[in-house]
Amino acid sequence: MLAVPGIDLLFSSVPQSAEFRLVPVWLLTLANSSGTITLRCKDLKVLQLEIPGMEECLNIASSIEALSSVDSVMMMYPFFYRPQSLKLEEGWHLFPLQQYFQQIASQVSLEGRDPAMLRSSQPLTGPNRKRCREDEMLLGTVLEEGERGFIIDTRSAQAAKQARMTGGGTEPKSSYPQWRRLHRGRPLQESFIKLVDACNDTAINMDRWLNRLESCRWLSHVKAALSTACLAAQCMDREEANVLVHGAEGTDTTLLVTALAQGLLEREWIKAGHPFHLRCARSAYSHARLKQEAPLFLLFLDCVWQLSRQFPFSLEFGERLLLTLFDDAYASAYGTFLCNNEKERCLCKVKENTHSLWAWLNQPGERKKYLNPLYLPNALVIWPSVEPQSIQLWQGLFFRWIRSSQYLDEAWAEIQRLVEGNEPPVKDSAGNRLSQSLSDPTAQPENGR
Amino acid sequence: LEFILTTRQEQVKLLDRFSTSNKSLTGTLYLTATHLLFIDSSQRETWILHHHIAAVEKLPLTTSGCPLVIQCKNFRIVHFVVPRERDCHDIYNSLLQLSRTAKYEELYAFSYNPKQNESEQVKGWQLIDLAEEYKRMGVPNSNWQLSDANRDYKICETYPKELYVPRTASKPIIVGSSKFRSKGRFPVLSYYHKNKEAAICRCSQPLSGFSARCLEDEHMLQAISKANPSNRYMYVMDTRPKLNAMANRAAGKGYENEDNYSNIRFQFVGIENIHVMRSSLQKLLEVSGTKGLSVNDFLSGLENSGWLRHIKAVLDAAVFLVKAIAVESASVLVHCSDGWDRTSQVCSLGALLLDSYYRTIRGFMTFLISNLNWFQSVHGIFFRCCQLDGDPKEISPVFTQFLESVWNLTEQFPQAFEYNEAFLLQIHEHVHSCQFGNFLGNCQKEREELKLKEKTYSLWPFLLDEQKRYQNPLYNPDFSPELTLLEPNTVSFNFKFWRNMYHQFDRSMHPRQSVFNLIMNMSEQNKQLEQDIRELEAKIKQRNGQSDAFPVKEHQQPAHPAPLALKTPPCFKKEQPLIPVNDAVRTIEGSNAADNRYSEFVAEFSKAEPAVVSLEYGVARMTC
Repeated sequence: MLAVPGIDLLFSSVPQSAEFRLVPVWLLTLANSSGTITLRCKDLKVLQLEIPGMEECLNIASSIEALSSVDSVMMMYPFFYRPQSLKLEEGWHLFPLQQYFQQIASQVSLEGRDPAMLRSSQPLTGPNRKRCREDEMLLGTVLEEGERGFIIDTRSAQAAKQARMTGGGTEPKSSYPQWRRLHRGRPLQESFIKLVDACNDTAINMDRWLNRLESCRWLSHVKAALSTACLAAQCMDREEANVLVHGAEGTDTTLLVTALAQGLLEREWIKAGHPFHLRCARSAYSHARLKQEAPLFLLFLDCVWQLSRQFPFSLEFGERLLLTLFDDAYASAYGTFLCNNEKERCLCKVKENTHSLWAWLNQPGERKKYLNPLYLPNALVIWPSVEPQSIQLWQGLFFRWIRSSQYLDEAWAEIQRLVEGNEPPVKDSAGNRLSQSLSDPTAQPENGR
Repeated sequence: LEFILTTRQEQVKLLDRFSTSNKSLTGTLYLTATHLLFIDSSQRETWILHHHIAAVEKLPLTTSGCPLVIQCKNFRIVHFVVPRERDCHDIYNSLLQLSRTAKYEELYAFSYNPKQNESEQVKGWQLIDLAEEYKRMGVPNSNWQLSDANRDYKICETYPKELYVPRTASKPIIVGSSKFRSKGRFPVLSYYHKNKEAAICRCSQPLSGFSARCLEDEHMLQAISKANPSNRYMYVMDTRPKLNAMANRAAGKGYENEDNYSNIRFQFVGIENIHVMRSSLQKLLEVSGTKGLSVNDFLSGLENSGWLRHIKAVLDAAVFLVKAIAVESASVLVHCSDGWDRTSQVCSLGALLLDSYYRTIRGFMTFLISNLNWFQSVHGIFFRCCQLDGDPKEISPVFTQFLESVWNLTEQFPQAFEYNEAFLLQIHEHVHSCQFGNFLGNCQKEREELKLKEKTYSLWPFLLDEQKRYQNPLYNPDFSPELTLLEPNTVSFNFKFWRNMYHQFDRSMHPRQSVFNLIMNMSEQNKQLEQDIRELEAKIKQRNGQSDAFPVKEHQQPAHPAPLALKTPPCFKKEQPLIPVNDAVRTIEGSNAADNRYSEFVAEFSKAEPAVVSLEYGVARMTC
C-alpha cells in the first residue's frame, strides 16, 4: 500500500501490520518505465517502486513531483510539523549571539594579545584597483605595530583574479602591508555528484573505482579544507597572528574554514548566513545542476568526521550526529536550516512557526544517541594529519544505503557497552555538554582553536 | 663482525621522510653485529635489524653531507645524512655486507638467545601440535587417511612427511599422480570441513601440455571426489589467469582437461603471478613514499599499482572456494603453477573464512604452520621473503598480501577475530627478521636438516606470553559459531590502503588516539578488579569458615573489605597515555617479541605540536 500524504511518502509492504517505512519526499528524478518509479532521495537513498497500472503510476509520479518541489518556504514541512514533546520557541534561544560577543569581548580585553580570527567577504577592488581607506584602517586596527597577519583567501589565486573583472578581488599587498595573503579553493557540487555516482555503482571493478574516486576529487576537497583550517589554526596558535578569512561573498568556503578551525557549528554556519536554502536544494541526484548548489556543509561535516577518526576521544558527538545534521540540512522537519540568512528567517517567521532541531536533539532521550561515549574533554589544539594516506572516504555516509553496516554497528555498540559499563555512574554532566558544544559558543572548542 | 668498518659515527642526521622542509634529528649512529642503532639528541632510539634491510642506497653528495637511504622489509625507510663521504662509504659497505647473508648459519636465529633454558625451548616448539590440529579438523576418518608415501621425501621433496589423502588413493596412484604434477606436488588435503564432509585440496599444475593424460592422476581426483559423500562433483580451481595457464601448455604444463576427468568443474580465478605482485608493491611504495603527495596523485598511484586489485582478486578467489564448500558441499582442488604462492593464499584464506578457530590467536598460529599453509614447509616462503642472498626474482610479497587480506576481513568483521592488527604486523615483522626458527627454510626436509628445533627458538611462546597486546577487545566468540562461514563483501570500495602496514613507522600519519588501546586497558583493569573481588570473597569465605570452626562471633564484622572494593571506581583514567601494559623497559627493537613497536605510535595523545611551520605551499604540514 502506498499513501502520499502532504509531506511524507508512506509505504507499507504488509497493509495489515503497522509496519510503515517513512520515505522522505525530497526526491528528485522519476524515471518511469512500465510502472516503476525510481526515487532518489536527498539523503542519497535510492528506492524503486513498482506500481501496477500505468495511469496510477503517472498520477503518483506527478503528485510526488509536485510535492517534492514546493517553492515557497512557508509551505515547507517545518511550518506544519508539531511534535508532541516539544514547544515552539524552545531551542531557538539556546545561543544568543549577543551574549557570545560580549563574552568574547571580555575575553579579548582580559587576555590582551590573543590572536583573533576574522571573517569577511572579498574587497571590491575591481579592475581599477580601487582602495578603501576605511577598510585598510579597519584591518590596520586589528594589528599592533610590527605584528603580522594572514589573509586566507579561500578561492584559488586564479579565481580571485577573475573576480577582479567583476568588481571583486583581493587585498593588494601595498595597501595592506602587514598582511600576508594565501589562496585556497575549488568547485564542489560536481565533485559530490560524481562521487555519489561512483558509490552507487557496486559492480565497478577496483581500477575503475579508484579512478572515479580520484576524478571526483572529493577527497582532495576534504584535504584542502582540512589543511586550510589547520593553516588558519596554526597561524593563530604558533605565530599568534591574526587571520582574516574570506571567499567571494564570505558565505561558503570562508565559513567552512572558520568553522573547522573553531569547531563551532551553530554560530558559524547559521548565524553568519550560509545560504542553506540555495546550497542544499537538490543534493547529489540533481539533474538541474543549480548554479547555487554546493555541498559545503557536507564537506564541513566530512572534515569533522575525519577529525573524529583521527581523534576518537576529542569530539563529544558521534558519527550519528553528523549524519543527522546532513539529513536535516537537506530536508528537515525543523526550521533550523531553513532560508538563506537571518533576514529571510525573520521575514518567514521561522522562529515563531517552526521547531528548532537543537530543541529536538537536546531532549535527554535523543541527546544520548548522539554522544560519543569515548569523549574526554581536552583543551589542547588537535592537529590532524592531512596526508592523503590518512584521509578516508566517509563510508558511513556515502555507503549508508548501499552496503550493510550491521557488523560495524554491532562493534560500535559493543564499544559503547564496554565504555559505559566502565564509567562511574555520576557522569551525568556529559549529557549536558552536547548541547553546549553545539550551541554554546563559549564552550572551549575542541578542534582547531 | 669482520664486515663492520665503523662502529660509531657522530653528528649523523636522521631526516624526516615526509618533511618538505628537510626537518631532521641529529645524533649518533652505531653498528652492532645484528643491528643498526641511531640515538638522537633527546635519547630516542631507532633500532634496525640488519636482516630487515632490503636495500641501502648512497645518494649524491650534498652541502650538508652524504645521504644514505635504508629501505627495510617492514616498510620502514630511514634517510641519514653522514657528514663525511668517507664515513658514509664505510657505513654503506658495512651495511651491504651485514644485510646480505649467504649462509643459513649466519642468520640471526642461530645466534639469538632469549635466555630460555633447553626445556623451555623444547616446550616452545611443542606448543602447537599438528596431529592435534588434524584431529580437531576431523581426520583421519572413514574417507581420509594419513599416508606415509612421502616418508623419506622420495615422492615430493617439498612436501612434509605427513600427508592426508583419500583412503581410496593407493600408493601407485599417488606416485603416478605425482609424476604428472609439476615438482611432484600431487593433490593432498589442506583443510577438511567436517560438517560438510568437503575438503580443500592442493597440488601443482598437471604436466598435460596440449594433450597428455595420466590415468593415475585422473584416479586421484576421482578419489578426492568420492571421499565426499555429500557431493559427487568437485571443483578444480586454477588460480592463474587463463592466458598464463595456456602459455604453460607450450612448456608441457598447463591445466586439467574437463573431458578427461569425470565430474570436475574447472574454474580459472585470475590471480597474477609473483613477478606482477612484486612490481605492484614496488609501485605502491613509490607512491606512498612521495613527499608532499596530493590526494589525486595518491589515488591514481594506488590505481596504477594495481595492488588493491590484486588483494581483491585473492579474496574473491577465497570467497568462490568457500561458497563451493559451504553452499554446495563440494570439495575443491586448488592449484596454480607450482602450488606455492597463489595456492597458499587461496587455501589459507578459504580455511580462515570457514573455520572460526583460525580467527583466534592460538588458532591462527596453528593455521600458519599447518594445513600445508605457509610455514609447514610447503610454501617456500623463505625465498619469497629473501632471507638469504638469493635470486631477487624469487622475492614476492605473497605473504604480505595474505596478511593484508586478513586485515581487510578484520575491518569488515570487527568482532570476528580474537587478534588485532598489531598481531598481524608482529608476525609480518618476524617473518622477515630471521630471529625465530619458525619461518626459516623452504620445506620440512630443509628444516630438519637445519636442526631448527635444537638450534633456534620458536616465536609462538613469546607471542602467547604477551597475548593481551594482540587481543581484539571487541572479539565476540559467539559472533560466528564453530564452522560458520564468514561472508565478506568484496565490493571494490571495501578495500582500503593499509596505512598501518606501509606507514607503520611514519607516526605522524597515525590516529593520535586509539580506541582499541583504551578499551583494552579498561577490560584489563576490569579483569584485575574482578580477580581482586574473587580473592577477597575467597578470603571472606575462608574467614567465615574459620569463624564457623571457632565460633567467636565478634570477629565476623570487621574484616569486610569486599564491599569497599566493589564501590571503588576503576582506577582507570583516560588521561593516562594509552601505552599498553608493561612497556617500561625498552630492549632492542625486534630483538624479542616483548618489544612491540606498535605501541610506540598508536598510543600517544596529541601533545603534538608542529615543530616547524612551513607555509611555502600554503599547506600546513603537521608533524608531531
